[in-house]
Formats: sequence, structure tokens, C-alpha cells
Amino acid sequence: MTFAATDAAPAAEAERERGSTPRSGGLGTYTIRRLASGVATMVFVLVFNFFLFRMLPGDPISLYTRGRNMDQDQIRALRRQLNKPIGEQFLHYVKNPFSSGVESTQFSRPVWDVIGDYVWPTVILLTTATVLSAVIGIAIGIRGGWKRGSAFDRVSTGVSLTLYAMPEFWLGMVLLILLSTGTGIFPGIFPSGGTITPGVDPRSLHGLLDQLWHLALPALTLTLAYLAEYALVMRASLVDELRQDYLTTARAKGMMDRLVRRRHAVPNALLPTITLVFLNIGFVVSGAITVETVFSWPGLGLLSYQAIRGPDVPLLQAIFLLFSLSVVVANIVADVVVAAVDPRVRT
Amino acid sequence: MSTATGAPVPRVRSAGQVRRLRRRAALGRFWSAYRRQRAGVVGLVVFALFLGLALAAPLLFSHDELEVTKATGQVLAPPSAGFPLGTDESGRSVLALVVWGARVSLLVGVAATVISMAIGTLVGVASGHFGGVTGGILERATDWFLVIPFLPLAIALATVLGSSLLNVIIVIGVTSWPGTARLVRAQTLAVESRPYLERARVLGGGHWHQMSRHVLPNVMPLVLANTTLTVAIAILSETTLSFLGLGDPFRVSWGTMLENAFAAGAISAGAWWYLLPPGIAVVIVVLAFTLIGRAMENVLDPGER
Repeated sequence: MTFAATDAAPAAEAERERGSTPRSGGLGTYTIRRLASGVATMVFVLVFNFFLFRMLPGDPISLYTRGRNMDQDQIRALRRQLNKPIGEQFLHYVKNPFSSGVESTQFSRPVWDVIGDYVWPTVILLTTATVLSAVIGIAIGIRGGWKRGSAFDRVSTGVSLTLYAMPEFWLGMVLLILLSTGTGIFPGIFPSGGTITPGVDPRSLHGLLDQLWHLALPALTLTLAYLAEYALVMRASLVDELRQDYLTTARAKGMMDRLVRRRHAVPNALLPTITLVFLNIGFVVSGAITVETVFSWPGLGLLSYQAIRGPDVPLLQAIFLLFSLSVVVANIVADVVVAAVDPRVRT
Repeated sequence: MSTATGAPVPRVRSAGQVRRLRRRAALGRFWSAYRRQRAGVVGLVVFALFLGLALAAPLLFSHDELEVTKATGQVLAPPSAGFPLGTDESGRSVLALVVWGARVSLLVGVAATVISMAIGTLVGVASGHFGGVTGGILERATDWFLVIPFLPLAIALATVLGSSLLNVIIVIGVTSWPGTARLVRAQTLAVESRPYLERARVLGGGHWHQMSRHVLPNVMPLVLANTTLTVAIAILSETTLSFLGLGDPFRVSWGTMLENAFAAGAISAGAWWYLLPPGIAVVIVVLAFTLIGRAMENVLDPGER
């Protein structure tokens, strides 16, 4: 992973050299093409998910039942299912990958039911952290990139690089020990985990505030962990943009510095970072797995951790499929949004 | 070949000699440019220090200090004269654990990166060099694997393979190559359009000759800069996987230390001396590799930042 906006810039440049922007298709055509390739990717993900858990050596039964007591009938039923020809199994899977006949070995319920219970806390946590980190990261990147080499720039780049080097969960543990247990110089003002204090009605005003209070530390952890990359990329693409001739023109017209920045430089430099925010869903999900574990936040991340500890292979497989598919969808959305804003990328 | 250097050639040299001389000159130029990158030099020094520490670990602390049964300290004791960084939940010295942990963390980081670089470079060069169906398929495959989120994939693989040191290395290596492949592919495409490749083709150079003699040497510098950044990410990945319980349970790494600290309730016990050292070690080493990688990028592609 590099911090410069390496991919977008040369491609756009090559486009400009090739003459006028190719109107090879409007946004509609582009969207359809992008959707088609997205569907191809999804098919790949589905097939890969099927074979990943079947191609490996060893008895699949022991893999599916490790760490769990199963009576002989259950094992026989499972073996019957897994002994079918691989083609038949695959057909069954392709018809409905979300019904995945095998139950979660820990919860003894269909895996997708279990996942349904854990989706919302993750969505809330990740949305909060993503929005906060994007807004703050972009603001820091703009300020640093515009005044390159200033004290603010050097400090913010240093801090960003340090945050980028931290394992998210370690940052979470440090925040917990500082702000929750009351061992440090600060009193323990934040709760140590969960989404709500037991016994509080989640629908009352008090309950709402209590839930926000529980959200604060995990959201802060993830925000700090993600904003570093956004700040660095935003800074790099703004610095790239500053070399463009049109900015010199704008300044030569006598435009105020502030307006040059706000109307010309920033809108153009924003694109790579916005793309990154969407493309980062996979990275964001990874952070959620460990941070939710540290804060006992009952979302898909904590569920993944429990599935690893089992190990609960059917559940892991389903979570893996869900995560991969959401990344594919996010990628398509990112590409279409960017193409809508910037016609240059519709190729 | 030898007249193209520009400098007066004192005597006839073999092609091999010329190549060695040129390589040495290029390295010299690179080093003198790198030396001017202050942050890069700091990163290099820090890395050297940690490498030395990892190599010298058996001299500093005997392996017995890692044995739970031979632990001499009290349980989760704060720093004292005998234990400068306190003790863990079984009375072992945290300092000894951190020093020994450097060995596994660095080994995993470097070894996984070697695997990732080998796959990424091979796929990238091949997909850039071969047009048509082969290149298309390789490009598509790269894009597909790029989409699959890293940690869930690594978790799935590690769960299925089981936890051992070698498996951790393999898992990180085979899951982190697509980024490199895409970078190398882009660079290969740029090199492919140069006249000297056309010359090699016209003179009858085969695919292997073109790729190994012309494309690879020109792509290599960028790969090396990318390598150091990949080591940083690989070390972070090892920490994360071990924290999730997918590391080698019989070896001490910074990740397994954090896993144990978390499991032993170091947070609620307020045992900061157990929690901070391994994490700070990770941050320092990852930061060092990041600084080295950025400095190399600056040298290879000046005019940025």
C-alpha cells in the first residue's frame, strides 16, 4: 500500500494525452459495464468461498466439528452431505449460497440467522468511524498539503504515520486502560465494553445516551486508526494537484488563496481519497474484527472472533462470504460514484 | 554494449565486468541519494538496532526465561529492579519476552514478504508482458484477489491450515500479493513500450529473456521499495492474527504477547507494563519500515512530497 495516489494519476494523464476525453459511453453504459464485471467478481467470490473450505487436506468432518460434541447421527448426516459428489454439492451451493445447509456448530442454528443478530452493531460502529475518520482525515490532509513543510504538516504527517503503524486493537486496549479502568492519570470515565449498561431501557432517552457513551471508545479507536491513511492520501493528492497549471492561472487572475484552494484545488484532489474511503471497506472490516473483540462490541467482528475460537467453520465461511460480497458491492458503488463526478475515468 | 556508457573506456572488459561495474555505480548513486533522506536513515538505524536485538536475544536472556514452569517472578508484578518491565501472568520477565518476541515477529514479517513479493512480481510481470488471453486472465485474477478482504481471508486460511509458525508465514504471504502484482503490472506495461524491448524482440529474444533481462531489472527498484512497505504490513498482520489466536502458540511473538495479555485480563488489572512494551515495539518497527519504504520511493521518484 502506497500513500501516493499512484493509480489514478497516470491513468488520467494517459487519457488526456490520447486527445479529448473519449465519449465512448455515457454514465449509463459505464454503469452497466461496471455492474457486469462486478457480477463476474461476485461469481468468483462465490466459487472461491466454496472451494476454499473444501480443497484443503484432512478430514472435513473433523474441521466442521472440531471442539464440539456431536452424536453419531449428526456426524453421519454431515458425512452424507459431504460425501456427495463435489459437483452435486456445488450445484446445491450455487442454487442458494445463503441457505448453506450446515448449521453453526456453536449456536446450533442456521448461520445466516446468527449473523442477522450481529449485523446492526457493526454497521453502526463502522459507519460512525468511517464518516468521522474521512471528515477529519481529509481536513488534516488539506491543511498539511496546502502548506507543505509547515509545522502543522510535519507534525500531522508524523502522527499519521505513527497511527498507521499501530495495530488497531492495541490502540483500543491502550485507550481502555487509560480512560476506562482508571489506572492512569485519568478517572475511568468510559465503559469497558458492550453496547448498553445492563438494566437500562434502550428506547428511553437515557438509554440512547448510554448507548452513545458505549459507542464512544470503540468508535474513537477505529476513527484514529483509519484517519491516518485518509490524511496521508489527501495530502499526497493535493500536493500533486498543486503542480497543475490551472492553479497558477487561478492565482494569476488574482484569486484569493482561500478560494483557489476551496474552489479549484480541493475538489480535484478529493477524488482519490473519496475512492479510497469506499475501497477501504475490506480494511475497515478487518479493523472491526479485533476492535469489537477488545470492546466486547456484539457485532460481526466479535462473532468472527468467537467463530475462530470454536472453531466454527460453517459460521466462518458465511462471514467470509458476507464480508467479501460487501467489499465487491462497495467497489462497484465507488466506481460508479466516481464516474458520475469525474467523466475522465469512464473508459 | 560497452560504448554506450559515455565515459572513456580504459580497456576492454567482458560483459559481466561491465554489468558489475554499472550495478555498483547505480547502487552508489542510490545510496548517496538515500543518505539525504533523514527519515529514511532513521528508519534504517532503528531496523538495524532491532535486528541486532533479535539476533542477540539468546545472549541477553537465556531461553529458560520463556519457560512458564521456570518463571521466578510474581504474577503480573509491576516493574522492579529485577524485572525492569514487570512480569506477565505466569511470572516471566516482560523484557525477556519482548526481546525474544522480536525474533518471531521480524522473521514472519520478512519471510511472508518474500513469498508475497515472489508471487506478486511473477504474476505482475507475466500479466504485463503477455498480452491477450493470458495477460487478461492474470489481470482479472489479480483484481479478484484484490477485492477479497485480507483479514477474513487470512483467518479462513489459518483456521483451515491450523496454527504453526510456518502456516502464519504462508497465510500472510499468499494473501498479500495482489497489491504488488498490480503495481508491477503497471510498471511492466510502461517498460514494455520502450525501444530496447522492441530491439530484443526483433533480435529474437524469447519471452523469458525479455522478462528476466529487460523487464525485471527495470521493475526491481520499485519492487524493493514496495517490499519494505509490505514487511511493515506483514508484521502488523502477524500481530493481528496472533492476537486472534491464530499464531504459533508455542512461540513468543509480540502478537501472542498481546493475545496473552488480553486473555489474562491485563486491561482490567491495569497492567500497563505488560500491554505497552509489545505494542510499542510493533509501532517502532512498522514505522521504521514505512520510513525506509517512503524514503526509497522518494529517491526512485523524485519531485514528490
